[in-house]
Amino acid sequence: MSFPLLTATAVLPAVGAVATAAVPASRRTAAKWLALLVTLATLALAIVVLVRFDPDGARYQLTESHAWIKAFGVRYELGVDGIAVALIALTALLMPFIVLAGWHDADPLETGSRRWRPTQGFFALILAVEAMVIISFEATDVFLFYIFFEAMLIPMYFLIGGFGDRAHEHGEEVASTQRSYAAVKFLLYNLVGGLIMLAAVIGLYVVAGNFSLQEIAQARANGSLDMATNTERWLFLGFFFAFAVKAPLWPLHTWLPNAMGEATAPVAVLITAVVDKVGTFAMLRFCLQLFPEASKWATPAILVLALISIVYGALLAVGQRDIKRLVAYASISHFGFIIMGIFAMTTQGQSGATLYMVNHGISTAALMLVAGFLISRRGSRLIADYGGVQKVAPVLAGTFLIGGLATLSLPGLAPFVSEFLVLVGTFTRYPAIGIIATFGIVLAALYTLVLYQRTMTGPVKPEVSAMPDLRVRELVVVAPLVILLIFLGVYPKPVTDIVNPAVKQTMSDVHKTDPKPSVEAAK
Amino acid sequence: MNPVNYLYLSALLFTIGATGVLIRRNAIVVFMCIELMLNACNLAFVVFSRMHGNLDGQIIAFFTMVVAAAEVVVGLAIIVSLFRTRHSASVDDASLMKL
Amino acid sequence: MENLIALLIAAPLLGAAVLLVGGRRLDAVGHWIGTLLSTTSFVFGVILFADLLGKDAEHRTLTQHLWTWISVGSFQADVTFRLDQLSMTFVLLITGVGSLIHLYSVGYMEHDERRRRFFGYLNLFLAAMLLLVLADNYLLLYVGWEGVGLASYLLIGFWQHKPSAATAAKKAFIVNRVGDMGLSIAIMLMFTTFGSFAFGPVFSHVGDTSEGKLTAIGLMLLLAACGKSAQVPLQSWLGDAMEGPTPVSALIHAATMVTAGVYLIVRSSAIFNAAPDAQLAVTVVGAVTLLFGAIVGCAKDDIKKALAGSTMSQIGYMVLAAGLGPIGYVFAIMHLVTHGFFKAGLFLGAGSVMHGMNDEVDMRRYGGLRKYMPITFITFGLGYLAIIGFPGLSGFFSKDKIIEAAFAKGGTEGWILGGAALLGAAITAFYMTRVMLMTFFGEKRWQPDENGNEPHPHESPKVMTIPMVVLAFGSVFAGGLFSFGDRFLDWLEPVTGHSEGDSPLSAGTVTGATMVCLLIGVGLAYAQYGRKPVPAVAPRGSLLTRAARRDLLQDDFNHVVLVRGGEHLTRSLVYVDHTLVDGVVNGTAATFGGLSGRLRKLQNGFARSYAVSMFGGAALLVAATLLMRAV
Repeated sequence: MSFPLLTATAVLPAVGAVATAAVPASRRTAAKWLALLVTLATLALAIVVLVRFDPDGARYQLTESHAWIKAFGVRYELGVDGIAVALIALTALLMPFIVLAGWHDADPLETGSRRWRPTQGFFALILAVEAMVIISFEATDVFLFYIFFEAMLIPMYFLIGGFGDRAHEHGEEVASTQRSYAAVKFLLYNLVGGLIMLAAVIGLYVVAGNFSLQEIAQARANGSLDMATNTERWLFLGFFFAFAVKAPLWPLHTWLPNAMGEATAPVAVLITAVVDKVGTFAMLRFCLQLFPEASKWATPAILVLALISIVYGALLAVGQRDIKRLVAYASISHFGFIIMGIFAMTTQGQSGATLYMVNHGISTAALMLVAGFLISRRGSRLIADYGGVQKVAPVLAGTFLIGGLATLSLPGLAPFVSEFLVLVGTFTRYPAIGIIATFGIVLAALYTLVLYQRTMTGPVKPEVSAMPDLRVRELVVVAPLVILLIFLGVYPKPVTDIVNPAVKQTMSDVHKTDPKPSVEAAK
Repeated sequence: MNPVNYLYLSALLFTIGATGVLIRRNAIVVFMCIELMLNACNLAFVVFSRMHGNLDGQIIAFFTMVVAAAEVVVGLAIIVSLFRTRHSASVDDASLMKL
Repeated sequence: MENLIALLIAAPLLGAAVLLVGGRRLDAVGHWIGTLLSTTSFVFGVILFADLLGKDAEHRTLTQHLWTWISVGSFQADVTFRLDQLSMTFVLLITGVGSLIHLYSVGYMEHDERRRRFFGYLNLFLAAMLLLVLADNYLLLYVGWEGVGLASYLLIGFWQHKPSAATAAKKAFIVNRVGDMGLSIAIMLMFTTFGSFAFGPVFSHVGDTSEGKLTAIGLMLLLAACGKSAQVPLQSWLGDAMEGPTPVSALIHAATMVTAGVYLIVRSSAIFNAAPDAQLAVTVVGAVTLLFGAIVGCAKDDIKKALAGSTMSQIGYMVLAAGLGPIGYVFAIMHLVTHGFFKAGLFLGAGSVMHGMNDEVDMRRYGGLRKYMPITFITFGLGYLAIIGFPGLSGFFSKDKIIEAAFAKGGTEGWILGGAALLGAAITAFYMTRVMLMTFFGEKRWQPDENGNEPHPHESPKVMTIPMVVLAFGSVFAGGLFSFGDRFLDWLEPVTGHSEGDSPLSAGTVTGATMVCLLIGVGLAYAQYGRKPVPAVAPRGSLLTRAARRDLLQDDFNHVVLVRGGEHLTRSLVYVDHTLVDGVVNGTAATFGGLSGRLRKLQNGFARSYAVSMFGGAALLVAATLLMRAV
C-alpha cells in the first residue's frame, strides 16, 4: 500500500491543532510558531499532491478506500480530481498567511496568569478548520463529506464568537454581544442547511444503497441506477440548499456580513476564502454528478438567483459604512459569479468558476487582510473614520488598492481571467443573463473605488496622522498574495491545465456540450 | 377470598399516596406518600403473581423494594441537607432551579 | 525583428515596476529612469519603423507570439502582438509624444515629493497603451484598454489629498467601466459568433454572419469607444479629469489614451464596413460630440477645461471620420496624429502658463502673458493656428479632409454631417481664439492668491520648453509632411482600405467654406474678447452659456439620476436587506424565542405542580390505552 498522502494532508493540521492546543499557557509564542510550521508543512504536502496529480490521468487520483461503518455501507474514501486539487492547494496556500496575519489577534488583553489560553485556542481552531476543509475537498464518500461539512461549523462558531477586533468602537460588551449574535446566526443558518442535506443524504442512501460518489455517479451515468424525476429533484434541492447557504446565494446570505463583520480579518478570510468554497465546490462535485437531470431542471432558477446575488451584493456593498461588511457583500456578488459559472453548463463557465474560486480566495485575502491591518491601527471598522491614509501609509494604501483592483477584476490581475470566463461561458448559452451580469463589473468598480477614495485619499484625518505603514510581518503576508495575483493574471495556465480535464468530465456527466459559434453552426 | 379485592386495596393505597404527594408540603410526608405508592404497586404485583400462578410479579416486587430502599437513602439525605440549609422541609420553598 | 515588439512594452513596464517597487531610495533618479525607459521604447519604435519602411506594403505586418494566455475549451486567448502600419503609427505617436512629456514632467513636477511615483505611473501608462495598440486579439486589447484606464485613474488622482482630484479619478474610472462593459460584451458576441476574438479570424469571417450580429458588435464597440474617448453620452469624465497634473492631461487626456476609441473603430473596420447601421451610429456620436465639446469649450474659464472641451470636439471629428467608412479611416488617424502634436503642445503650453502663474487656471486672471513667456506664447500660438486649421499647418490638412469626407458620405446624411463639421470648425476657431486672447493678450488681470502671493509670470525652464518647441514643429509640419504625395494615405491604406467618395462639393468649395467659417469664428471671438477688456469675474451670461459652463447640464443629469438615484437605491436596498431578508430570519428566531418564553412559565419551580402534570400525563396515557382497548 502506498503512502496515504491525502489522509496525511488532512491529518497533519488536525494533529497540529491538538498539539497547539496543548501548548502551556505561558508559551503563547511557541504556539504561534507551531501553528505556522504546521500550516507550512501542510502546504508542502499539498504541493506534493499537486505534483503527484496527473491532469490527464484518471478522474480520481491518489485514492484511498477503507471500510468504515459497514452496516450503512459508509466508507472512508478519498480521492481528488483537478478541481479538488486546485482548491486544496488554495486552502493550504492561504493558511500560513491567515496564521501570520492573525499573529496578535488572540493575545490576551492583560498579561497575567490567566488559566484559559485564548492564543492556543485561536490557532488550534484555525488548524482544525483547515483539516476539515481539506478532508471535505478530498472525500468521495457522501457521508464522510457530510460529517466534515457539518463539523467545520464547530470550530468556526468559536472562532467567530470568541475573537473579535480589538478596541471596538462601542466597547467590549456591545462587541461581544454582536459577536455572539453573528456566531449563532452563522451556526443556525448552516445547521439548518446541513440538516436538510442530512435528510437528502439519507434519502440518497435509500435510493442508491450506498454512499460512494463514484459508484453512484457511474451508475447514474450508465443508467443502471434510475431515479424517479421527483425523487431526484427533491434530493438535489436538499443538497443544493445546504451548499447555497454555505456559498452563500441570495437570499440565504445574511449570515455572511454579520460573521465577516464581527470576526477578526483573518477569520473573515477563513470564512469567505476557504470555508465557503466548500459550498461551491460541492455544487460542482455532488449536485452535478449525482443529480445531472435535476441540475439541468433547476438551472434557470439558480441562474436567476445567482444573477440577483451578483447585482444585489454589489449594490449593497456600495451602501455599506463598514469596511468588512463591504467586503462581505462584495463576496456575495462574487459567489453569484461562481454559481452562475457552474450552472451555465459550459466549459468556460465551469473552468472559470473553479478558477474564480481560487482567484477570489487570493484576492479577498489580500483585500481583507490589508483591511484588517488598517482596522487594527485605528480600532474602527467604519469607513467614515478614515481618510488620507495614502499620505501617511503609502505601502498599506498601495496594497489595499491592488487588492481592490483585483476585487473589481482589473485585466492583468488573476480575477479578471476567471470572471471573463464565467461571463463568456454564461453568455454563450444565456446571452441576456450574461449581459446583465456584466453590469456587475461597473458596480464592482463603484464599491471598490468609493471605499478606496473614502479611506485612503483626501485630507489626512487627525486620528490617522500617526498611523504606521505596513510592518515586516504584514508585508510578508501581503507581498506573496500580490505577486500571485499578478502571476495568475498573466499566466493562469498552471491552474487551468489542472482544472480543464475535470471540468470536461463534469460536462459529460451532465450530458452537455458547448454551443457552437454561429459561424460554424451555419456551415 | 377474591384476589381482586387486594387490587382494590392497592388502588386505594396508590390514590392515597398520590393525593398525599400532590397536596402535602412537608417533604417527609411527601416522601412517605411516595413510599406508600411504591408499596401499593408491590401489593398489586404480588396479587398478579398469585392470580397468574407464576413468580414474575414477586420478583419484580423484590426489585421494587430494593429501589425503594435506595431511594429512601438518597431521598432522606436530600431532605436532611435541604433542611440544614433552609431550615424548612417544605417542598415549595425549594424552587431555586426555576429560571 | 519581431522580437523587438515585446521590448516596446517591456521597457516602460520595467520602468513602472522599478519605480513603484523601488521605494524612496530611487527618489533622486526616478524621473530620469522613467524618461530613459520611455525613450528606449521610442528608439525601438523607430528601429521597427525603419524595418517596416524597408519592406513591401503587403509584408508590413509583424506578429510575435509570446505565450498562450487563457485556454479553456474552444476559448483561446494568446499573448500575441501584431505590428502593422496602424499600430506602428500609434507606437511612434505614443512613445514619441510620451517621451517628450516625460522630459517636460521632469521640470513640471520638480517640486513634488512624489515625483518618482508620478514617473512610475507614466511608464505604466505607456506600457498599457502600447499593449492596447499592439494586441493581436480583442481580449489582450482589453487588458491594455483597462490598463490605460488604471493609469489614468492613478494620474488624475495623483494629488489625492485634494478630494476633487480623488473624485474625478473615481468618476473617470467608473464612466470608463461602463464603456468597458461594451467592449466585454462585444468580445463575448465575437466569441459566440466567430468562435474567436483574434483580429485575423474575426475579420476574415465577417462575411459569414448576419448583419444584425455585426451591428450589435459594432454598437458595443462604439459604447467602448464612447467611454474611453469621452464621446457623448459618456463624456462627462473628461472635464473633471483635468484635476490631474497638466502633463497627464497632455499625454493621456489629449494625445493618446482618449484617442483609443478611434483606434478601436478603425481597427475593427472590417466589422463596421459590414454594418452600416453601426457606422451611422458612429457618425452621429461623432457629430454630436464635436459640437457638444466645442460649445462646452466656449464657455469654460478654466484653461484646461476649455482645452478638454476642445479635445472632446476634435475626437468627435475623428470618430465622425471613422464612422464614414473607408473614405474616412485614414483621415481619422491622420487627424489623430496631428491632434496628438498640437493638442499636447497646447496642454504643455497651458501647463507652462500655470507653472509661471502659481497654478492659477482661471483665464480671467491671466492676460498679456505674451511679454512674460515668449517661448510659451509662440509654441502655444503655433498649436492654436494648427488646431483652428490655419492653411498650411497640420490641422488644416487633416480637418479639411474630414469635412470633405463627411460631405462625400452623400445624401441628406452627408449634408447634415458635413454641416455639423463645418459649424464645428467655426466654433473651434471661436473658442481657441478666445483662449488665446484671454491668456496672452489684453491687460494683465492677475491678483494675489489667498496667501497674498503675487504671481510673477516667468518663462519655464528649458527642460519644459524644449518639448514644447518640438511639438510645435510637429504641429506646423506634420500635416503637410503627411499630405504631400499622399504619404500617409499610402502608408495606412493596406490596413484600413480607402475609397474616394463622390462629394457633391468640390474639394475647393469645402476648403473655401471652411476658411469662411474659420474667419467668422476668429472674428466673433476677437469682437468679444480682443476689442473689449475681459471682465475678471465671469458675467452671468446667456442661458446657453450657463448651461455650457455646466457641461450642458449633463453633469446635473448624472448627479440627479445616477448619483442621487443610486444612493437612494443602495440605501433602500440596505434597508430591505436588513428588515426584509434578514427580518424573515430574525423573525423566525424571535417566534421560537417568544414561544419558548411562554412555555418557560410552565416551569414554575414547585415540585408539586410538576407532580400534578406527571400524574395528569400518566392518567391520560392510561385512559388512552383503555380507550384503544375498548375500540
